[in-house]
Order: sequence, then C-alpha cells, then structure tokens
Amino acid sequence: MKQRIVPILTVVCAIFAFWYVACIPMNVQETLTAAERAGAVVTPDNARDRAEVGRFALMVQNLDTLGGSWSVDRARLPAPHQVAVELWDSTWNEEVHGRRGIVKSGSLSNRSLIYHGGVTLGATVVGFLIGSGLGVLLAIGIVHSRTMDMSVMPWAIVSQTIPIVALAPMIIVVLYSIGVQGLIPKAVISAYLSFFPVVVGMVKGLRSPDAMQTDLLRTYNASKSDAFWKLRLPSSVPYLFTSLKVGIAASLVGAIVGELPVQRGGLGARMLGGSYYGQTDQIWAALFFAAALAAILVAIIGWIEARTLKRMGVQQ
Amino acid sequence: MTLIFVLIVWAAGWGLNVMIARSKGANTAAARFAVPVIFGVTVLAIWEILVRGYDISAVILPAPSAIWTTLTSTTDVLWGDFVQTFLKGALSGYIIGCASAVIMAVIVDRYDFLRRGLLPVGNFVAALPIVGTAPILVMWFGFDWHSKAAVVVVMVFFPMLVNTVAGLRDTSVMQRDLMRTYGASYMQTLFKLRLPAALPFMFNGLKIATTLALIGAIVAEFFGSPVRGMGFRISTSVGQLALDMVWAEIVVAAIAGSLFYGLIATVEKGLTFWHPSQRK
Repeated sequence: MKQRIVPILTVVCAIFAFWYVACIPMNVQETLTAAERAGAVVTPDNARDRAEVGRFALMVQNLDTLGGSWSVDRARLPAPHQVAVELWDSTWNEEVHGRRGIVKSGSLSNRSLIYHGGVTLGATVVGFLIGSGLGVLLAIGIVHSRTMDMSVMPWAIVSQTIPIVALAPMIIVVLYSIGVQGLIPKAVISAYLSFFPVVVGMVKGLRSPDAMQTDLLRTYNASKSDAFWKLRLPSSVPYLFTSLKVGIAASLVGAIVGELPVQRGGLGARMLGGSYYGQTDQIWAALFFAAALAAILVAIIGWIEARTLKRMGVQQ
Repeated sequence: MTLIFVLIVWAAGWGLNVMIARSKGANTAAARFAVPVIFGVTVLAIWEILVRGYDISAVILPAPSAIWTTLTSTTDVLWGDFVQTFLKGALSGYIIGCASAVIMAVIVDRYDFLRRGLLPVGNFVAALPIVGTAPILVMWFGFDWHSKAAVVVVMVFFPMLVNTVAGLRDTSVMQRDLMRTYGASYMQTLFKLRLPAALPFMFNGLKIATTLALIGAIVAEFFGSPVRGMGFRISTSVGQLALDMVWAEIVVAAIAGSLFYGLIATVEKGLTFWHPSQRK
C-alpha cells in the first residue's frame, strides 16, 4: 500500500506545485493591473505599455508585486485554492447559506454546481442505461445471426472512428423543433456515445468462450439458449464491465457537449457561461466537478464489477 | 403506400444479405465487402423514401440526395473547413501530443518511482471528460487553430502515455538478459528491443487518439473559432436550420476520421508485421 501511495502523492503534489508556479507568468498582466489600482509602483506604469512587454520581462521588473498572482479576480489561470474556494462556495455555501439554496428555499439553487451536476447526471444515467441496454441487445443479435454480424458489425466498428459528438448540436435542435426538450435530447446523445463501445465489447465477450468449451456444451446436447445463459453470458461479463466503464465516461462527455447549444442548466452550460463572462474559476470548478462525477461513476461500475466477479467466483 | 415501399426495400436488402451470408462464398473478401455495403445502401434508400413519402421538412431530416447535392456543390467551403479543423487543428495537435507522450513515457519508464506515481494518475485522467478544458484553452490560445491543437494535445496525451508505458514493459526477462549478454547499452536496448516491442501498444494508443483528435478539434470550435472550421460550420448551420450543410460536414468528418484511422492501421500493418495479431 505504502509503495503505491507515496509515488502517487508525490506526482499529485508536483502537479500542484507546477500549477502554483505557472500562475505567476500566466497572470502577470492581471496581477500588475490590480497592483497598480491598489497604488503600488509598477514598471511600465500603464497597461498599454505592459501589453507590449513579454511576460518574463514583466516578472523580472516587478518582483515585489508578484505576490498577488494567486489572488487575482478573473485570473487567466486561477490558483488551486481559488478553484477550491469556488467549488466550496458554489456547492456547500450556496445551498446552505445562499438565499436560493435548499435550506432557505426548499429547492436546489440554480447557481449551485449540485443543481447543474444533477441535471448533467440525470441525462448521463438515462442515456447510459438506454445506450448500453440497446448495445447489449444488438450484440446478442450479432452473435446469433450471421447476417446481422456481416451487415452491422463493420458499421459499428467504423462508427467508432467517427467524431459522433459533432452530431450533438443537430440532435438537440431537431428534437427541440419537434417538441422534445429537457432531458431526453441530451440522453439521446449520451446513449449514442455509449452504444458503440458496449456493442463492440459485448460481441467480443460473447465470442470469448473457446472451441473446447462450446464443443463440451455440444456434447451435452445443450440448446442455443442454454449455451447463451450458461456459457456465453457469464464469460462475457468481464468484457461487458470494461466497455461499460468506457461507455459511462463517454455518456458524461455526451451530456456535457449536449448542454452547449441550449443553455438550460448543466455542467456544459456552466462551462460555456463561464467562458462567455470570463469567469475562469467558474469553468475550473465545473471542470473539477465533472471530473469528480466521472470518477465516481466509473468507480461505482468498478465496484459492481468487483462484487459481480467475486460472486461469480472469477479471480481478478 | 410509403410504408409498403419501405418494407419491400428492406425485405429485398435484408433478404439479399441473408442469401449471401448463408451461401458458400460467405467467407470470401467480396462477400465481406458486399454485405455491409448492401446494408448501408438499404438504410440510405429507406431514409430517402421516408423523407419523400412523408414529406418530412428539410429542417428536421434532409434526404440523402439533398445532402449529396450540398456536399458536391459546396466543396470549396467544406475544403476550407477541413483544412482549418483537421489539417491545422487536429493533425498538429495529434503529432505534438503523441510525440510528447512517447518521450514522456520513455522517461517515466526509466524511473520506476515516476511510473508508479504517474501511471495511476494518467489512467485516472484518461477517463475524465477532458473536452471540458476546451473553454479554458480557447481563452489562453485565442480563437484560431492553436487553441484547437492545444485541446487535442491534452486529449491524446494520456491515452498515448498509458499505452506506451505498458508497451515498454512488454519484453520478457529472457529478451532483456540476452541484450545484457551482448553488452548492449540502455539506448541500444531501448531502440533495438523495447521500442519495437512496444509498437503494437503504441499503435493501439495512436488509433484511439485519431478519434479523440477529431472530437477535440470539433468540440473546441463550439467554444469559439474564426469563421471557418467544421465545428463552427456545424454550430452556425444548426442555428440557420441548414441541416443539409450539417450533414455534409458530418459526412466529411466521418470520411476524414475513417481515412485517418485507416492510414494509422496500414502503417501498423507495415511496422508490426511480426506480431501475432497481424498474422493471417
């Protein structure tokens, strides 16, 4: 355990240290402007002249004022603690102390990441369930019908090399124009993105029993459905879970991208809003929230996988 | 009437495929090529019939023929978008991202401490919705293709890193011992044994990265771009309800993505001909 934790912690600390150092050159213009407004002496003494000077030259000339690099408003690169503060403010503080928070108004605040994360999570989970369910069904069809295998499988493989996300804005607008809006259009995109990884992984899994095993079942005179329930399905489970993990991560990306064209809440809307108004810490906080969401979703599937495989007696 | 027509076309296409799949020649290359093509053509024909038969408005679903007309009549626009998004944004980001990931992987592999620390972090990051960095990178690098290349670099870096590191470890003790008995230096072992042995893994990463590169370049354009580029064209055409243009861009993206993938797969076949997965 110790052997694994120490290197990981070192790498994570190194990333944060690098982030703090990177804040200085990234934010130098904003830092100096803020310092100038506060009355400090800055060389060169107006923003227009400073725009002509390189970042590192500015840093060398104004060593005394650089301490403000980690507390600039609307920084180009907010420092980690600023992102942490924004995350805390827009989750706990907003809900517990805010006027529109759940404590005072009884419903989630539309300015909190919990609300936006919930919007995204709903679309992700619905889409993922639809997409992976259909994917498993299609995989079963492909394994049992040679015609389906030959006609659909090449397209399923080719479709993985296509940037499907490009369809997202169109799906949203088309569904909107025929009266479908809210969660469903985003779920459709999520479903679409998780569909093909699950099909390809599941087909591989259902085909994984080797000739010896299928021959054995044939000597038992097992029917096709027996072979499916007792051999193919159990042996496909590890493959299924691997592709489910890929699928749910893709679903989340789909839901986030699906929120870009229609600004009706969600982490994607939050990111785009932040980029319109230059609220960088809002973008970073939404990004970290999305990352945590992805990690939790993948971890949940990993946990189910471990439980299932343990009960099936598979050694990991 | 339309419905009957659709059923006839479907039955004909599917019946033909069933016949080919059950015939003796089902395993020939020609059959393997013909069946998916017949399936694709059937789907396109049904699409066309449905759109015409039910008079579906072009702002909901344009017919394949309308998309084809747009595709052939606006080639200059499409080519400009392709150059902006694919050649400038995706390709340069792909090359920079993959090259730096390979260099990083060699360094990581050299120091066991780094490998144990960086690999779990890399695996973790590879599963995150990295597209979310697009608004930040667009803010840093401006609206032109540099920001798209930056998004692509971030997207392809970790999958490539994880795969290359896994590949560099894919030599047996016997093979490394043999190199040592030859008195080979670290560099000689690296270039003559371990990098070639890592190639199948590296190509796996490169193939995953082709799709990610296109996705990154297109999605980054949704956050701001000059007035050309595939992502820009898609989002503005959706706004103008010019869906035939959107579909035309998607066709271009699909062809570009498949060709890019195919190119990498061909290079792989040439370079890793010795690997069991490539043997016939």
